[in-house]
Amino acid sequence: MAVSSATRSFIRWEKRLQPSRIMSVIVPVVSVILALIIGAFFLSATGFEPLKVYEKMFNGAFGSRYGISETIVKAVPLMLAGLGISVAFRMLLWNIGAEGQLYMGAFGASWVALTFPQLPAYIMLPAMFFAGCLMGGLWALIPAFFRAKWEVNEVITTLMLNYVAIFWVDYLVYGPWKDPEGFNFPLTASFSEAATLPTIFGTRVHLGLIFALVSALVLAVILWHTRWGYEIRVIGESARAAHYAGINIKRNIMLVMFLSGALAGLAGMSEVAGIAHRLQHGISPGYGYTAIIVAWLAKLHPFMIILVSFFFGALIVGGYSVQISGVPAATVSMLQGAILFFLLGGELLTYYRIRFGPKVGDVNGK
Amino acid sequence: MENSIWIATLAAAVTAGTPILYAALGEILAERAGVLNLGVEGMMLVGAVTGFIVAFLTKNPWFGFFMALLASGAVASVFAFLTISLRANQVVTGLALTIFGTGLSGFLGKAYIGIPLPVTFKTFVIPGLSQIPILGTIFFKHDPLIYLTYILTPFLWYYFYHTRPGLNLRAIGENPAAADAMGVNVFALRYFYVILGGMLAGAGGAYLSLVYAPTWLENMTAGRGWIAVALVIFAVWDPFKALLGSYLFGGVDTLAYSLQAATAVTIPSFFLKMLPYILTIIVLIISTRRTVIQRIGAPGALGIPYNREER
Repeated sequence: MAVSSATRSFIRWEKRLQPSRIMSVIVPVVSVILALIIGAFFLSATGFEPLKVYEKMFNGAFGSRYGISETIVKAVPLMLAGLGISVAFRMLLWNIGAEGQLYMGAFGASWVALTFPQLPAYIMLPAMFFAGCLMGGLWALIPAFFRAKWEVNEVITTLMLNYVAIFWVDYLVYGPWKDPEGFNFPLTASFSEAATLPTIFGTRVHLGLIFALVSALVLAVILWHTRWGYEIRVIGESARAAHYAGINIKRNIMLVMFLSGALAGLAGMSEVAGIAHRLQHGISPGYGYTAIIVAWLAKLHPFMIILVSFFFGALIVGGYSVQISGVPAATVSMLQGAILFFLLGGELLTYYRIRFGPKVGDVNGK
Repeated sequence: MENSIWIATLAAAVTAGTPILYAALGEILAERAGVLNLGVEGMMLVGAVTGFIVAFLTKNPWFGFFMALLASGAVASVFAFLTISLRANQVVTGLALTIFGTGLSGFLGKAYIGIPLPVTFKTFVIPGLSQIPILGTIFFKHDPLIYLTYILTPFLWYYFYHTRPGLNLRAIGENPAAADAMGVNVFALRYFYVILGGMLAGAGGAYLSLVYAPTWLENMTAGRGWIAVALVIFAVWDPFKALLGSYLFGGVDTLAYSLQAATAVTIPSFFLKMLPYILTIIVLIISTRRTVIQRIGAPGALGIPYNREER
């Protein structure tokens, strides 16, 4: 059977012994280009000039000091959430809940800032940092617990909890936490000065960037220089092998999800403390979802996530800058989805090579 | 009179459950074939926006519905190509489909947000059946798209368990290598069912924008695609149980809405809005527990790309 099918097929996929290094660079770049072409098709079909739109997007993101600083500002939550997602994905734990974990982190940090407004900065900021991580981590522990205990599909539970977290924050900012002097807008009162992350160079770029860079470093150390990181990688490669090696998978599910959620929670903390200076409706425009693409595009590598986040930050800022001229805001998420599509399709090229002609040296058909 | 309110609520539950039912039936088809398509939410949105735009422009809801099927089938075929031919990771590809579908629908529908649909499906009271006390009002005073699910659900059940193609469908989901050896074309059939499943998801989306709303709003599915995915597990891949589950969720949706309207109840509306999502989690936990204990459930090859050379 296999012999006949092999001799019939003229084009074959042959597994590479090692993933191709060249392809792992070419594929992401080509994916982005192809996605832009798809976007151009839809843009021109709806009466826009794609090249002008892209040029405007590029200038919006990189053409000015403000644009560049905004790109970094948008990249920070993507980095933190992306790092969180990557560590879970490494273990094949599909944490789609970064968005909700981000909201809960923002909630935790805001609770500290609003409940103890008199705290000095050197206590306030660490407390907000801790509360943000803790709330994000605990929120991720809910699906982790059900996954570890009863194998409940974490894709669905993490995603459902996103909606719950967003409604919870909405409840607070439309209800008990609403700023009485806020003209009925869904936002809390401004945090005290002490609850504000310091910024650099007079821009909106805040200490959250340092959080992200340090987190990436710490994550890299954990992954490649600790026993825990080794366990995470083994479980990701083969849960069965990990089980036989005596690795406690359930414990790792809980730990990794907590870490994953804590990083997303930190993203939420840095958004409220660094950018908004209050909790408000729609504190994240979907960073938790974009971060999934960031993590995958970066092949789950911590340092690559930092780099890729800048690109996606630029995409978001570029998207904002063309909205004024009537280009739908959804263009950006359409482009993001298309990038991921091409990336997934191209991945086969990283792990396989195309061979032409009948199969050789496989007469046994096994 | 208390009675008639409950009947009206149950009839509304059927209406609210129908988009989820369409999507869940579609996902059952894909998963029975061994392909986990998490892009339901995206496909529903593509169906919703296409259905609305076409129906709005042509003033023909049936044509809108038909085009919605084609559009969502088209995006499902992209997913099929990536996961079946290129063997891409099904979880991540499904997410990509949802992100892309959300973006694409928002892009296409921007000019149509909030516009009411001038012509929609008319309620058709079925003579005879609608006269049945209580049940008649709950089930037989609806629009044609609901009646379509009354035919589709038993048909799919019969197809799965009592026909040869249905047997092949289950075979490629349980053990594709064995099915392949029996001469069943695993790749072609997986394509077929993933695309068909996508069309049904699009039908669910179109139901939202053509009948339930009937208007277009960005992200108007509000997680119903994901609820449908969870429901498939609850339904242990059985069309009839999917129907029951969909009405259960439709009921919770309706209940949350009418509780909100009844201002005497002082539960903040945000907590009521959380209900369907929390219920999904609870239902998922219970049904996962049950499938584990009873050793029934997921198709054996669910989520695993079929690779002829590695069997």
